[in-house]
Amino acid sequence: MNSKNISIKLTSEKLSAQACSDFVDDPSCGGISVFVGTVRNHSAGKKVTLLEFSAYGPMAVKEMTSIAKDVLSKFDVLKIAIHHAKGTLEIGDIPVVIAVAAAHRKAAFEACQFAIDTLKERVPIWKKEHFEDGEVWVNAHP
Amino acid sequence: MKITVLLFGIVGDLTGESRLEMDLTEGASVGDFKIKFHEKYPILKEYTNYAIAVNEAYALDEVLLKNQDVLAVIPPVSGG
Repeated sequence: MNSKNISIKLTSEKLSAQACSDFVDDPSCGGISVFVGTVRNHSAGKKVTLLEFSAYGPMAVKEMTSIAKDVLSKFDVLKIAIHHAKGTLEIGDIPVVIAVAAAHRKAAFEACQFAIDTLKERVPIWKKEHFEDGEVWVNAHP
Repeated sequence: MKITVLLFGIVGDLTGESRLEMDLTEGASVGDFKIKFHEKYPILKEYTNYAIAVNEAYALDEVLLKNQDVLAVIPPVSGG
């Protein structure tokens, strides 16, 4: 969804940190905080070959939108973009970008951190790690 | 009443299903669904580490279900 101040995306296409930054950019803002998640090549000491992201699409978009609205009401920030990828991602690919613009940097930093922390707790998206000898859902077992 | 259930992540793998239809008695709750779900899929055994969403919103056990509700079984999420 896109309103004037919120951009939410769940897509099989490549994400762009620049597009998110451009969306939140505003003449009244003095700072843009951007978090870029990247696929790393190791997990718990094992070599990761690729990641598979699956999602409960409509609910994931609803939850990301809800988090975005929460950020705008809790922090002194103007705009936010939350974009997440789905499908197969290779090492170095970008699964998530969050951009927040605010008049002052403190709020931008804090809001951006809050957004990614909350996304990782609530949004119905699942990551499956592929290794040379098999694959496993992240966090699946307590 | 009839409900649709979407299964994700490890629960989808364990049951071999991504979507199923289920009959529940009128006035059944999310908690009642969970009991019936585990009866139908004993492979889940004591695996209860999942949340439930009803019509795309997280729901606790006490929530009452209606005909044609869409449930989702949501194992621990790992986006981001």
